[in-house]
Amino acid sequence: MKMYIEFYASLMKYLPPGNSRFRREVKVEDSLKLNRLIECYHISPEEAHLVLVNGHYIYHEDRPNRKLIEGDVVSIWPPVAGG
Amino acid sequence: MSWTRKILRVNLSKGTCTPEALNMDWAKAYLGQRGLASKYLVEEVDPTCDALGPDNKLIMATGPLTGTMASTAGRYSVVCKSPLTGAIAASNSGGFLGAEMKFAGWDMIIFEGKSEKPVYLLMQDDKVELRSADAIWGKSAWETDDILHATHQDPQMRIACIGRTAEAGCLYAAVMNDKHRAAGRSGVGTVMASKNLKAVAIRGTGGIGNLEDAKKFMDAVDAGKQVLADGAVTGQGLPIYGTQVLMNVINGVGGLPAHNMRDVGFEGAGDISAEAMAEPRKSDGKPNLTTNAGCFACTIACGRISTVDKTHFSVKDKPQYHGASGGLEYEAAWALGADTGVSDLDALTYVNFLCNEDGFDPITFGATVAAAMEMFGDGDLTTDDTDGIELKFGSAEALVAITELLVTGEGFAKDLGQGSKRLCDKYKRPELSMTVKSQEFPAYDPRGIQGIGLNYATSNRGACHLRGYTVASEVLGIPVKTEQNDAEGKPELVKAFQDATAVVDSAGLCLFTTFAWGMDNIAPQIDAACEGDWSVEGCLEAGERIWNMERIFNQAAGFTADDDKLPKRMLNEAIKGGPTDGQVSRLGEMLPKYYEIRGWNPQGEVTAETRKRLSL
Repeated sequence: MKMYIEFYASLMKYLPPGNSRFRREVKVEDSLKLNRLIECYHISPEEAHLVLVNGHYIYHEDRPNRKLIEGDVVSIWPPVAGG
Repeated sequence: MSWTRKILRVNLSKGTCTPEALNMDWAKAYLGQRGLASKYLVEEVDPTCDALGPDNKLIMATGPLTGTMASTAGRYSVVCKSPLTGAIAASNSGGFLGAEMKFAGWDMIIFEGKSEKPVYLLMQDDKVELRSADAIWGKSAWETDDILHATHQDPQMRIACIGRTAEAGCLYAAVMNDKHRAAGRSGVGTVMASKNLKAVAIRGTGGIGNLEDAKKFMDAVDAGKQVLADGAVTGQGLPIYGTQVLMNVINGVGGLPAHNMRDVGFEGAGDISAEAMAEPRKSDGKPNLTTNAGCFACTIACGRISTVDKTHFSVKDKPQYHGASGGLEYEAAWALGADTGVSDLDALTYVNFLCNEDGFDPITFGATVAAAMEMFGDGDLTTDDTDGIELKFGSAEALVAITELLVTGEGFAKDLGQGSKRLCDKYKRPELSMTVKSQEFPAYDPRGIQGIGLNYATSNRGACHLRGYTVASEVLGIPVKTEQNDAEGKPELVKAFQDATAVVDSAGLCLFTTFAWGMDNIAPQIDAACEGDWSVEGCLEAGERIWNMERIFNQAAGFTADDDKLPKRMLNEAIKGGPTDGQVSRLGEMLPKYYEIRGWNPQGEVTAETRKRLSL
């Protein structure tokens, strides 16, 4: 299935080659679990601090069982803050 | 020293500078900086006074840790009654001035009255005097800084001053220090100008001593620095990306307001983000971000030093802006950018330079321009009103032109300089002012992040994220993640953040330490340095006391529960699209509970029992 990944800040280095600054369209197996997707890109659990699916935060404990579906946008940040 | 135990009272009407002993009973109850200066203000200033009249006072105050080796211990605050809000103002700044005041041997300076002619205060250790400001009145903050350094031939002198916007009566003028740091909000610079006080120039050569327990203090300081170094945010995220890393985060979670908060979500967010600031430019191959920078004793160093593309329309004929200078922080980038719909990073950086050069709050300024743009789009304003500027959302040219106009203080700048509340009232669109207590919102939409809306509504200085930054928990998961769209539990969260923030703001430390430090890291540093009970519980009680004291000042100034409200747009106009689609602020659900846990009555008044409990 097709879906989208967005990696920000220090995680941009994990993005496959492409033209967009943060986003890539990727093809993955159907019903891929969120944690598996994160592992595929070699992002450690500590680095994957803020993980959103379609803009909604997914808690660490929910990531192993969260199934992704066609068209989902997964956005990932390392620990960041500001104000 | 923790406290130097000495303050300077400057009577500008009489031209006198008088040292006095610090009131140690108050210091042991209100700590320092924001809390202690507010105590002096509450005791000495009539809350109903004209904020720009001689009866208001302007207090520059350090905290007990300012100037010590504790990480980030360079902060000072400027406290007065605000001309923008009519409420108590306490604006906090970093840089090096606060520590220098401590080295000169002073905890705070109280300015009272009004000088007949423009003056500046020269403070060289014990030697203090008022001098004529004829050579610097009418100059920008940057020129003032340069002239005073040249006059006194002392590169290590630290200077706080106002720019031309303050002199012109702009109600959100800042007190600038070290050129790029600002006590930025609520118009504290305007109060300084109203007193004919242009600058404070400080050189201190004393050391730091008189710590309650020096060995214990250094152990606590070392432990605290290790926590900051090990923290992913304070050790890596902030120094590398600065606060601007939030632009994509807040946009991503459906919390980034745009176009005068008419919309949530800004398609240009990526172009003005921290990541974009690090990208090489086409013209010269250099990124916008030159380097990071730290304030006194800071081991985080989140500050941004940036350049504008020399070929950009805003600066191509202005070589004085081709060098590196204070760059965009998240709040400025949002207000000047997303809120006005401008996604031109160079234009925003240039405008940010102007905010620093002439000392005005980029949040209130940007939000006021955004309100004007919405009125322009609706036909309430025309080019006849705006000195010919086509004030359209998204126009970088208009933003640059209107900012350059503001600095002149002429024409439409007089309206713009009043802030969005007065501007929208004048043009009969009061509902378009995105303010609480007449102060503009910062960069988080209260419809998409519930707790921050309650914090805005109840903030003692008007809408402000820095009074209780619940975004840390609601979005960023610090110290623990809470649901951004839940109203339940938010009154407790807001109160906890507000009280803890009052402690940090009164200690001489930077609030950004709290992205790694809890009160169990902060209290031991204060306790080792200072006389009194500064256990975690003692600190938090002081924080609650400070919050309630500010509230009581505002009540006496005429504020009521009716002022703890958000604009109708936040309550009635639901977010359209994105992850927070359909949401409005649920302030009405949260406010009664907040009053209750604060120990206030249903009308939001501090009760006699609460006053007694907090020794107020």
